[in-house]
Formats: sequence, C-alpha cells, structure tokens
Amino acid sequence: MADNENPPQVGDVLEAVEYPPLTRTDIVRYAGASGDFNPIHHDETFATSVGFPSVFSVGMYQAGLLANFAADRFGPENLRRVAVRFSSQVWPGDVLVTSGTVSRVEDAPGGTEVDVDLLCTRRDDSGAEDVAISGSATFLLG
Amino acid sequence: MARAVLRMQTADMDEESYEFPIDRSKVREFAKATKSRNPAHEGADAVIPPTFLTHARLAWEPLEMSPVLDLGFDLGRLLHGEEEYVFHGPPPRAGQTLHVTSRMGDRWEKQGKRGGVMRFAKIVSDFRDESGELVATQTTTLLETGN
Repeated sequence: MADNENPPQVGDVLEAVEYPPLTRTDIVRYAGASGDFNPIHHDETFATSVGFPSVFSVGMYQAGLLANFAADRFGPENLRRVAVRFSSQVWPGDVLVTSGTVSRVEDAPGGTEVDVDLLCTRRDDSGAEDVAISGSATFLLG
Repeated sequence: MARAVLRMQTADMDEESYEFPIDRSKVREFAKATKSRNPAHEGADAVIPPTFLTHARLAWEPLEMSPVLDLGFDLGRLLHGEEEYVFHGPPPRAGQTLHVTSRMGDRWEKQGKRGGVMRFAKIVSDFRDESGELVATQTTTLLETGN
C-alpha cells in the first residue's frame, strides 16, 4: 500500500517475499484463471513425451507474482507500467522469491512517479539459485 | 482465402477489434491464482491485477485476428521473451468492456549462442474503453530459437 507518511526514496528496498514450493495445482489454477492451456504446463504425459522432465510453470504465472508483489507495496490502482523479461523456466518444487528496489522517484503531472526494479529468483531442491524473471514497474502516487 | 474475406468484413465493421468484458469473478480468480490477497481486486469495481490483460488474447481473441499466426514461427521453438503493460491512466476495473486491436510490431534476428538464427517479434495490443480512449497497451516479445 502507498504510505503517504513515508514517501519512497531511491534505494528503498521492498521486503522480499518467499513463496511455498511451486505445486502442479498452482500451475493448473493459473492456467484456468488466465486461459493458457498449453499442455506443456499441465499435462505430464505430454510434457515428458516432448522431452521435458515434467510440466513447468507458465512464465506469466511468476510474472503475475512479481507484479503483484510491487503492486502490494504501491497500490494496483497506481500502476502505470510493468515489464518483465523471462530468464529461466520454473519447475514444480521450486521456491520463488520476489524482491525489488526503488530506482527513480520524480515529480510528474498528477503526482510522483516511482520506478521499481524487480527480481524473481528460483531455488530448486538442490539449493541452486538463478533468476527466473527480471523486470521493472512504474507507479504514479497521488 | 476464407481468412482474408473475414478480415475484410471485420475491418469494415470495427477495424478488427474484439470485445474484452472485464468480469469481477475473473478478476478475483486471477488475483488469487497469482497469490494476491489485495482487497483492491475484490468487489463490483475491482481494479484488475497488473498482468490481467494477458487473459484477453488467451480467452477472447478470435483465432483469425491473432497476429501470432502471421509470424511464420515454428510453434515448437516458440518462447515468450518479454511482456510489458503500459497503462495510460488508472488501470481498468471490473464492469468495463474494453475493445482490443492487435498488430505485429518490430521484428529482428540475431545469431543464437548455440548456433542458428534466433528470430524475434513483438505483438502489440491496444485496449480502448467504451468511449474509444486508449487505456492500456500490451507488448509481447516472442522468439523462435535457432535450429
């Protein structure tokens, strides 16, 4: 939520959020909510038949987590832009962590524009970590 | 051939836009599916979650209007590279019906790290409200990996 008592400043770090290990139910729930029924994301038989070790997450699922993470801090009604770049696939059992840092605060028509750099990392069950998604968002705070 | 005829007909009617009605229960379902508990996504005038507009093309776009089909990419080598949503004002809310037009944007190629040529293309969708005002623009970057 936007906090008018403490206006954001460049370098502010958003408190990171760690999600429970990704389940197939998470993937299926997102497939139904979004309408993305590419079988590679929910049909284990299909996914393994084309050479993948299992189904894997829809990229836009973790993009949704990352964008919501930023919007929870600054208000979804204040969002003016969000962009993500997909880096690595996310698999059942992976633990996702979303984090962000304020990179720009500037007066603009209608309020203050705030840019946030965003990162969604992925940790597999061996403990190895990499970047699943990087991104950025702009909010207009009144 | 049938597709070309259909395009001409729809272009005459409304420049090939399709309707995207924003339903409050779909907004709530999408918010929950992306782990949001924000109350802003509840209620009759719920604001959409940040990436909600992805639902338009997946669920409402008529197949014959999809620019993806015009790319000529091998769907077996197709990857989603980037996604961007620009809101030209406050994001849309439940109860609105948006009108969507999609077009192919920039296309380019580069040498893949593992050999072969990677081909990139942007698909741009404009979302207009009931009065015709542009409220949001979605840009999807797709890529076809090298052989």
